[in-house]
Amino acid sequence: MNAPNPRAATTGMCARTALLTIEGLTIEARTGTGWSEIVHGVDLTLRRGEILGLIGESGAGKSTIGLAAMGHARDGCRISGGAIRFDGIELRTASEATRRALRGRRIAYVAQSAAASFNPAHRLIDQYAEAPVLHGVMRRAEAERDAAELYRRMRLPNPGEIGFRYPHQVSGGQLQRAMTAMAMACRPDLIIFDEPTTALDVTTQIEVLSAIRDIVRRFDTAAIYITHDLAVVAQMADRIKVLLKGREVEEAPTRRMLAAPREAYTKSLWAVRSFVRAPRPAPAPRATPVISVERVSAAYGRTPVLEDVSFDIHRGQTVAVVGESGSGKSTTARVITGLLPPSAGAVRLDGEVLAPRHGARPRQALRRVQMIYQSADTALNPKQRIREILGWPVQLYCGLKGKAREARVRALLEMIELDPDRYIDRLPGELSGGQKQRIGIARALAAEPDFIICDEVTSALDQLVAEGILRLLDRLQRELDLAYMFITHDIATVRAIADEVVVMQAGRVVEKGPKDAVFTPPHDPYTALLLASVPEMDPGWLTRVLAARDRAQP
Amino acid sequence: MTASILPLSAARGLRSAPFTARFGMAVIALYVAVALCAPLIAPYGETEIVDAEFMPWSAEYLLGTDNLGRDMLSRIIYGARNTVGIAVATTVLAFLAGAALGILAALRGGWVDQLLSRLVDVLMAIPSLIFKLLLLTIFGTSVLSVVLIIALVDSTRVFRLARAVSMNIVVMDYIEAARLRGDGTWRLITREILPNAAAPLAAEFGLRFCFVFLAISALSFLGLGIQPPTADWGSMVRDNASLISFGDITPLIPATAIALLTIGVNFVVDWMLHRASGLKD
Amino acid sequence: MKTLWLMILGRLGLGLATLLAISVIIFSAIEMLPGDLAQEILGQSATPETVAAFRSELGLDRPALERYLDWAGGIATGDFGTSMASRRPISELIAARISNTLFLALYAAAISVPLALVLGLLAALYRNSVFDRLANVTALSSVSLPEFFLGYILIFVLAQSGLFPAVADVTAEMPLGDRLYAAFLPALTLTLVVTAHMMRMTRAAIINLLASPYIEMARLKGVPRGRVILCHALPNALAPIINVVAVNMAYLVTGVVVVEVVFVYPGLGQLLVDSVAKRDVSVVQAASLIFAAAYVLLNLAADVLATVSNPRLVHAR
Repeated sequence: MNAPNPRAATTGMCARTALLTIEGLTIEARTGTGWSEIVHGVDLTLRRGEILGLIGESGAGKSTIGLAAMGHARDGCRISGGAIRFDGIELRTASEATRRALRGRRIAYVAQSAAASFNPAHRLIDQYAEAPVLHGVMRRAEAERDAAELYRRMRLPNPGEIGFRYPHQVSGGQLQRAMTAMAMACRPDLIIFDEPTTALDVTTQIEVLSAIRDIVRRFDTAAIYITHDLAVVAQMADRIKVLLKGREVEEAPTRRMLAAPREAYTKSLWAVRSFVRAPRPAPAPRATPVISVERVSAAYGRTPVLEDVSFDIHRGQTVAVVGESGSGKSTTARVITGLLPPSAGAVRLDGEVLAPRHGARPRQALRRVQMIYQSADTALNPKQRIREILGWPVQLYCGLKGKAREARVRALLEMIELDPDRYIDRLPGELSGGQKQRIGIARALAAEPDFIICDEVTSALDQLVAEGILRLLDRLQRELDLAYMFITHDIATVRAIADEVVVMQAGRVVEKGPKDAVFTPPHDPYTALLLASVPEMDPGWLTRVLAARDRAQP
Repeated sequence: MTASILPLSAARGLRSAPFTARFGMAVIALYVAVALCAPLIAPYGETEIVDAEFMPWSAEYLLGTDNLGRDMLSRIIYGARNTVGIAVATTVLAFLAGAALGILAALRGGWVDQLLSRLVDVLMAIPSLIFKLLLLTIFGTSVLSVVLIIALVDSTRVFRLARAVSMNIVVMDYIEAARLRGDGTWRLITREILPNAAAPLAAEFGLRFCFVFLAISALSFLGLGIQPPTADWGSMVRDNASLISFGDITPLIPATAIALLTIGVNFVVDWMLHRASGLKD
Repeated sequence: MKTLWLMILGRLGLGLATLLAISVIIFSAIEMLPGDLAQEILGQSATPETVAAFRSELGLDRPALERYLDWAGGIATGDFGTSMASRRPISELIAARISNTLFLALYAAAISVPLALVLGLLAALYRNSVFDRLANVTALSSVSLPEFFLGYILIFVLAQSGLFPAVADVTAEMPLGDRLYAAFLPALTLTLVVTAHMMRMTRAAIINLLASPYIEMARLKGVPRGRVILCHALPNALAPIINVVAVNMAYLVTGVVVVEVVFVYPGLGQLLVDSVAKRDVSVVQAASLIFAAAYVLLNLAADVLATVSNPRLVHAR
């Protein structure tokens, strides 16, 4: 049984009555001078017990619509038109008291960042009990017992005790589950999940996803599940609605949507995952690596963060360094660039040992190792024009001035597929996210490097844009014979672009080797867990993985 | 086309300025004009004794005469030059020292930052007016020592702000990229940090000017700031304060002159800050 | 709990170190004295012999460290030395004045703190309303006014008509009611000076807080507005509000100096200003040290209170 929601088949969707109906919803946001529309007439119907997935890229209006389903608009936004009917009650015209009576009691909300959405001044149990007591659903003592029960269902450790802790004493994944339990406290008819697993590592995400799915089914709760991750929504939703810039693109039951998307935009979203780079020939067996990390250990103050890390990167090759937050991926990059001197070990560039601190490295060594950052917003000086951002490294490293410098900057812009005439005089603020990242790439290229560290370069970007960046990096690698160290937590990206893979956990390398070797069993246990936790587009994936895990641990 | 963007947006900004900001800008313009043209506007000399003491308002002496028989209006006009001029000079001094060290501390970090920050912590642990009074006791109350002392004490406040602002910039990836490129300290400060710190620093300059201006006026009012016979608003209030008990508002006029300028500058700064934060969103 | 105590101990230690550092700075003021100060204090008629005698009386011929230890030790036991100008013991000069100044500062604080907090809260709740805008403009204007300007306006408006005395003459024997009446105008001036600023900062702190996701979460749980403020915002607002109050109380300490002069109020500030004019260094040192100590202690108290009110620190992992 692979269906995401078995009830759908048994009870029959059509028999169920509509719980929430949204018609022609428009929402406006305040701009400098007035109001501008950000959601342009969206319709939505949700039946009792049904889960609707809302997906779209940033700026699609997912969260805004989700909140509107509670009759709520954030500061600076207002619901300007349409109808929102929840179980026969028109939320737009209802009194504040009516809406308040519904919120928490019949419609609940699970926010993206549980760490920020729990009040730091109160214990989890106080926050859990607040809504049931306030809405007169149960007394405090009952609520405490009930909380322990729901915490157990959400598979939280020590369910009887964890509620008496403060939010900062509980980890992020556990907080997210505690928040789902809190939303469930009054057994609402509808829960809005607003990207509940986006901030979590994949191995934590799978636990939270399965707990959320179980509890929603157990209590037959309807839900709107908001996310930008197709694979996640495929596991959770009965139906999927795709949004783009505040408009609906299309809506269909999950399986049909995945198998046969109608609209070009949806198809393009689906197609992203299909990009796979042509494999490169393996390096000659005795070739000197461009970068060689040799038994490096490092620490921040007294806290050790890297232990005995070694790997090589050869010319023309891409080495993907994968791991979850805190695994030491970015710290390794800091050691290579000379920002963090290692406590033991060394980094070699073309066989020569590099000075531990960047300040002590000759300019030619600095030139050959370049870096591209995750967030192009903070990586480009917002007050410098593109001409200056690219021109200065050209001048510094290659000694070009005046017309030669200008010509080189233009050539660089052409390499990253931006029209020099249009872009050379712009400020970073006048570019889109993907264009900014391209400028970041061009700045690295300006140094004519041998080796580039790409630190999560696509994770802040929407999928289509990210794919463009990956294709660009691939082309540049072929043309310029560059070596890449690709830091990422996204296994799909690794599959797409890596020649070799280094898996890191808690500051150590747990497995490394050619991509195919690392991705074919037998795996190191952590690699296996990591690989198994990456959601797939198949709606039956979560059920299958959980079943496999149950078999493994009877 | 790009060349015309800047003045255009400035003009548009000006048109969208709220009433308070326009009022503030008008006040500042008026003061600057009066300060520059003081000898042309003032009916009498700055220190010229024209008549008996405490003459009432009349056609001849629009605001009457002061405690020594000098023309009140003329002294208020010259006061714009002296009080505001000295305050501007002091602010510039405090700003150059404080901002330079603050940015350097943020950029260098390590012991440079520790040393400067701890020193400033201790200096700031003494209330500023008290510290100024203590230093004035020792160095005496000449214009030069007033300027230097206020500049020194206020530069610690500028240091704090400049350091905090720069700290936010220094953690940015583009600074890391510049460092990895091997850019020198001078280039980092002038090309990477200053352009991004300009807006908050400009606002701080305005606010700092207000504080310095009020401090000078307060010291002069206490008889410890700008010394006679130089026309200065703070000391004018002090010298003529006794009139208030007789229901004469003349001494409040130089006080109003002080207040009006600080209010004007504050309005403009408030608008600048509002705009800077609004543009970020 | 252990980390909390360690943290508080650390803060106290830092406060003590700051006080020590300040006392060194204030003490070394006398080291920087230009040579002709003795001459100036004694007047032009003084003979070289009397000047020399005066210098040795100040102890300028003994090593600095020895004199510092003497001075600091004396202060610790309540002996501030002798005034250079009047040759009277400083403790005698300041005893009554300290309590007068303290009385005035507390008087102003008692009015301004509750007033500012309530007004700030209201402005935050009714953000962008006419009340908020008005409060904002008033606040901006009143921080721009010199203290003496406010003082004289009050004298002009309230003392002219004989409602309140323009000269705040208080004595130790006065009953409390009379004292409050006599010191009303200086207290009101100080209140006006700090309230606006405190209100603006309270408003900013609350608005900042109301934008947090956990406040939105509380609203989405159907918690009524009043309860959101009281149970969700306020416990987290303590630290910023304590900070706001401390900053303004510290400002009050210096505001007192000018206001005392305006109203001829017999406090420590008045004495300080007179002594600066007379260049009576030893009195200035004593008064500066007292003001600075009050300032440091206020900040220290705020720091410790803010630490104690932070659940993340109180309930460590």
